Amino acid sequence: MAKSNIAIELTDVDKHFGAVHANDKVSLSVKSGTIHGIVGENGAGKSTLMSILYGFYQSDSGQIKVFDKEFRATSSKQSIEAGIGMVHQHFMFVDNFTVLENVILGSEGGALISESLSKARVELTRLAKEYGLEVELDVAVEELSVGMQQRVEILKGLYKGAKVLILDEPTGVLTPQESDELFRIFEALKKQGVTIILITHKLREIMSITDYVSVMRAGKMVAHRQTSETNPEELAELMIGRKVLLNIVKTEAKSGNPLLIANNLEIYNEQGIKRVSEVSFEARSGEILGIAGVTGNGQGTLLKALAGILPLSKGSIEILGETISPKRHLNPQELRNLGVAHVPEDRQKMGMIADFSASETALLGYQNDKEINQGVWLKRSSVKANCESIMEAFDVRPTNPDLKSSNFSGGNQQKLILAREFERDPEVLIIGQPTRGVDIGAIEFIRKRIIDMRDAGKAIILISVELEEIMSISDRIIVMCDGEITGTVDVSDADEATLGMMMANALPSDKKITEAQL
Amino acid sequence: MTRDRRLAWINGLLLPLFNVLTAFLATAIVFILINVNPIEATKILIYGAFGYEEGIGYTLYYTTNFIFTGLAVAVAFHAGLFNIGGEGQAYIGGLGTALVALYIDPTLSAWLIIPLGIFGGLLFGAMWAIIPAYLQAYRGSHIVITTIMFNFLASALMVYLLVHVLREMGQMSPQSKDFPDSAWIPFVHEVFAGMGIKIAQSPLNLSIFIALIFSALVWFFLWHTRWGFAIRATGKSNDAAVYSGINPKKIIIVTMCISGALAGLVGINELMGVQHRLLLDFNYGYGFGGIAVALMGRNHPIGIIIAALLFGILYQGGMDLAFEMQNVSRHIIVVMQGLVILFCGGLEYLYRPLLIRFLAPIET
Repeated sequence: MAKSNIAIELTDVDKHFGAVHANDKVSLSVKSGTIHGIVGENGAGKSTLMSILYGFYQSDSGQIKVFDKEFRATSSKQSIEAGIGMVHQHFMFVDNFTVLENVILGSEGGALISESLSKARVELTRLAKEYGLEVELDVAVEELSVGMQQRVEILKGLYKGAKVLILDEPTGVLTPQESDELFRIFEALKKQGVTIILITHKLREIMSITDYVSVMRAGKMVAHRQTSETNPEELAELMIGRKVLLNIVKTEAKSGNPLLIANNLEIYNEQGIKRVSEVSFEARSGEILGIAGVTGNGQGTLLKALAGILPLSKGSIEILGETISPKRHLNPQELRNLGVAHVPEDRQKMGMIADFSASETALLGYQNDKEINQGVWLKRSSVKANCESIMEAFDVRPTNPDLKSSNFSGGNQQKLILAREFERDPEVLIIGQPTRGVDIGAIEFIRKRIIDMRDAGKAIILISVELEEIMSISDRIIVMCDGEITGTVDVSDADEATLGMMMANALPSDKKITEAQL
Repeated sequence: MTRDRRLAWINGLLLPLFNVLTAFLATAIVFILINVNPIEATKILIYGAFGYEEGIGYTLYYTTNFIFTGLAVAVAFHAGLFNIGGEGQAYIGGLGTALVALYIDPTLSAWLIIPLGIFGGLLFGAMWAIIPAYLQAYRGSHIVITTIMFNFLASALMVYLLVHVLREMGQMSPQSKDFPDSAWIPFVHEVFAGMGIKIAQSPLNLSIFIALIFSALVWFFLWHTRWGFAIRATGKSNDAAVYSGINPKKIIIVTMCISGALAGLVGINELMGVQHRLLLDFNYGYGFGGIAVALMGRNHPIGIIIAALLFGILYQGGMDLAFEMQNVSRHIIVVMQGLVILFCGGLEYLYRPLLIRFLAPIET
């Protein structure tokens, strides 16, 4: 089909969202049959660029060629016809449909479903053999593991005739072992001539799997490299535009008394599904306790229960002289008064209110404080002054309490939330995903502040999906899988491989027992 | 002016203005279709609303009702609740006011009876809203559905009460006996007469000042108290509210009580102010009109006062229009109101992209 061996060629693609220049004259050419990585920080414009290719957005200007043909998609259907398949960060499934039904979704063909189902079965069996993508076809998607679900997404793309597969942060939800499995599939696909575009911000993946890599920064394409001729240091520098030291220097922890003791917790989430069981641990003053695990293994639910958002169904939490149990629930307000600060995992939905001004976001959770209320009157001037002072303390830019919260960058939003929680001098800090979606400069700042709080003798519980983050700032690590603790290790003994095994609950059982005890 | 400020002006002022103008344009087309000269009609309408003292009085009297119901819808809206039940809450609130006026010792001072009447309206309006609120908060029944149903319930209940319980002995029509004089809120023309100034008689009474006072209270409550903050936070993000220790279920109950109470004040203007007895359908149309008023007024008390005034003009001017022009029925008011709701509510953001492109383009 193609005369040249260029699968996708973008020339000067431009895209605005309101005031945000998401893609600024981006040019890119992807060779057919290669694995091409696109790296960049969150918000660099990678996902926007791929969404343009997939017909979700239209570019404001610029030219796109797919297999030497002019291409301008206004719907994903046109992209599929042009041979582009996309595997999203969040899978697009009807969860209670079987794998087979999900694959034919959107290409059902005639009026009778049985005919297209049997046709699809034959075709899928062939594809699965050819690419080494074995998946059971008659199981409901919700019963598959995340790694398997991802395979189904890839199969879906191939079934629809994709010659170019775009994967957006495919390893974000996988254990290290599952990621390796995924990379083996990539190799097989490449051998069959499929072009793969891999979007990620993890340099390790880029180095180990791609042939070419392109770097985006602030909406611009800043460099193209052959992977064999570059190194992580260069890529990191290109991504952020300056040299950074990600390894934070921290002193030995001086851990003291336990400030929070969790005993045998069992917690149901908002949907009434049991997500945490038999979890016990303690958080000591002057120590950062990291909780690692693949997203969705109960860490988020645990965090919410510690912060008073979800009730316990079994067990108890002893915290700063109070005991929380299924019979005695303390709400977030009461916990806050006790000295527990909570930085939520979901910054956008929980930590702030996008439509509120920064000063109102900085008020969230502290609206009943005596200093700002005089009788019924909430003193706006004090609220504003208070916001200004915490903004200065945490270098939130711009230092404008009246600006709408959504108009701050991700990093500054997060700094504002941290400032709100840290500046009231809490004793126990519960922190979820402190640096998700935050630029590298702010990551450094935030991690230092967390360590400062530790050195001031606070007890810190840190939940993060970034293993690297857990390993670089925690003092002790517990690993969760499927709602249970599958391992506890001291940071000095932790390595990525062991943690990965624990995250998948795949350690030999004798080892698990010795490491799980407190 | 920064872009943010310009956007705020577009959202707050220009959009409602353009929407209303479009609604008028559409009304003009309707007039042309029924062989009425729209310019002529506008002249009559404006004259009807503002041209003579009595007309002004009527306009402001209608405005008073719309301020109450507009505030009611707006308060609920800030908590993310769509209170369609203003109609019923106004009706039952009126019952509360009437019960105070009918059964209190009439020899008491008006300074006591009128505040008690206001309290009765607030209380009964709130009680009528609390049941849908409870069902929404703890049973998951959608507030839009339940408040609509409660409008019908209110209507049926009032017919029953007025026919069987509260009807004046020997009276054929379903209405209560007259309130005692001490439960009458003074007419504005009486007050002026007391000061030696003679103005034309109209139903306009001092309730309009009660409406303005409550507008100020609502503004203070929503933006300058911690409870107002909690309501607005819940309306914008349930998750963030829960995170900060606010109980959204309680917020639903409290907000709907306040909303129902405000709607319940329609009876102050209508019953204590004008009719001086309880009768059927005194609330007719104001509850629903309040939705349009709140939408047009951007759920802000100042906007609501302006929008309520516009609706007052339409009501009064429209009546005169129907009176003056043979081929215009009095239902033209409903048509105009409908068009305003369509363009201010349903097509709220019609002009937004255009206005942004011309007045606040993206800075590159």
